[in-house]
Amino acid sequence: MHIPWARCFHRLFVVLMYLFMLSPLIFVVWLSFFEDTILFFPPSGHTFGWYKKALTDPAFVNGFITSLQVAALAAVCGVVLGVLAALGIVRYRFRGNRPVNTLLLSPLLIPSIVAGLGIYLAYLQLENLLDMRIVGTYGGLVIAHMCLTIPWTVRLVSASMQGLDPAIEQAARNLGANGRVAFMRVTLPMLRPAIVAASLFSFIVSFENLELSLALVGPGRTTLPIAILQYLEFKLDPTIAAVSAVQILLLGIIMLVTDRFVKLSQVV
Amino acid sequence: MAKVSLDRLKKQFGASVAVSDFSLEIADGELVAFLGPSGCGKTTTLRMIAGFTEPTAGTIRIGEDDVTNVPVHKRNTGMVFQGYALFPHMTVGENVAFGLEMHKVPSAERDKRIGKVLDMVRMSELRDRYPRQLSGGQQQRVAIARALAIEPRVFLLDEPLSNLDAKLRSEVREEIRALQRRLGLTTIFVTHDQEEALAISDRMAIMHDGKVQQVGFPEVLYEKPANLFVANFLGKMNIFAGHVESPGRFVTENKLALAIEGSGAAATQVGVRPERIILSAEPLGPNAMPGVVDSSVYLGSLIDVRVRLDSGELIGCQLPNSAAAGARPAAPGTRVHACFRAGDCVLFSE
Repeated sequence: MHIPWARCFHRLFVVLMYLFMLSPLIFVVWLSFFEDTILFFPPSGHTFGWYKKALTDPAFVNGFITSLQVAALAAVCGVVLGVLAALGIVRYRFRGNRPVNTLLLSPLLIPSIVAGLGIYLAYLQLENLLDMRIVGTYGGLVIAHMCLTIPWTVRLVSASMQGLDPAIEQAARNLGANGRVAFMRVTLPMLRPAIVAASLFSFIVSFENLELSLALVGPGRTTLPIAILQYLEFKLDPTIAAVSAVQILLLGIIMLVTDRFVKLSQVV
Repeated sequence: MAKVSLDRLKKQFGASVAVSDFSLEIADGELVAFLGPSGCGKTTTLRMIAGFTEPTAGTIRIGEDDVTNVPVHKRNTGMVFQGYALFPHMTVGENVAFGLEMHKVPSAERDKRIGKVLDMVRMSELRDRYPRQLSGGQQQRVAIARALAIEPRVFLLDEPLSNLDAKLRSEVREEIRALQRRLGLTTIFVTHDQEEALAISDRMAIMHDGKVQQVGFPEVLYEKPANLFVANFLGKMNIFAGHVESPGRFVTENKLALAIEGSGAAATQVGVRPERIILSAEPLGPNAMPGVVDSSVYLGSLIDVRVRLDSGELIGCQLPNSAAAGARPAAPGTRVHACFRAGDCVLFSE
């Protein structure tokens, strides 16, 4: 019998690649059920106890709430500003158009630990100048996180905007709509998939960010990734795995729900 | 509907002149085609009339109103775009409703008018469909309905048929013409297709390099082209260079004498349409030039024959594939006389 080797190898390769990519997630979730306090393989038993601990530990709960607030605010503000910036870059030919575009994307190119340190130093200068606290405040953290969310929005929305037929907005103008109405009623709805995707990714990059926030959080205002790091400095039990598993589940649900409304694969 | 007057309209983009010195009066209810190769300024002119492009100089009047500085959304022109430009997130009915809503038509009347224009283009049944669910021809009809729903003062069409296949194109063309006549729409139709322009327009303006070459009735432009560009853009023409030797007699560079009509002492070129030439074994009339058939191409309704004249020129002739002419006349190598009337010669002095 003829065996289609090529097809078999192809399938095997695909399966292995998926396993390779998913293995950290699989292991994290599995580890979170290990009974032993010190990671040990094979585990002596399985338990839900670490989840109970993770969901009641005030450091994690507060961190989660802080992260949620910061990510939501940074995503909303970043998306609004990012859409406006994309509009300016795509629609208007002005001197310095390209440098502005590069500048807006640059936070993606700089290691966030460097960006975080830079922002920290800038905040210190500003604090001296304005005589007010910025480091360790929600506002300071949200503004810093907008460095993460704006580039995503600018990229996704400007790509989508470039793909639009300018005649469609012109048709609206021709039919009697002024510039603002034509934008709100015709152009913005056409950008909806890109804006939804940008909001989602903005939220995720802000929520999971560790490096940028390190120097900027204040006492009692740590984000979840920092709470995890601080916990890790002293203990190495599966609580962390449980926290991570909850986080993965949450982001997964957000992704799936969003995908129901907007086909993310068509935008990104 | 209203008449449209363009007065010395000019548009310059940086150093390049897209349109210069365009003056034209379009009567109420008239269909004028702007015809020319791409980059000739026809679309730029249309966009100036719609208000998308600001003229560098000149004035645009719709009816009695000077609209040169009126913004797009207050001009009340109905435009059909090349790619239709339907709103993808709205149904057919919502697309048509948009303009009515912008013009603050009360909702009861709005509904009646949507029904009326959709009936007009035979799209009422697809009112709740989205543009992506429609064929190209159907999208085109929705675009027309949407533009006409607002009862515009001028109807503007930018290459509306170029995305349709050949058969549909002539169908939609006739529909547009019938609608335009029935509603008495003042219409400007931009196209690069000469056949389309000839078939649809009351008058046409031929443009080249931002300048209007000639404006007139289709048959006048074809029969009496003002210059070589018009002659060659609308159909084909055999051109003989030379000079007028004496009234009624033109001598080509190859010493071929042609009988011509009309006064044109300064004429340096004479043109003859290929379909005006008759091939005959015996010389007929004053212009009968001996030659040999070079090639002959069967085109169905026509036979395209090239004849090498004894004086050296290669000329093209189009013979009808008629019963009278018999089967494929004139095999290559046959000696013939290419004959045409003095009245079929067009004189150019360029």
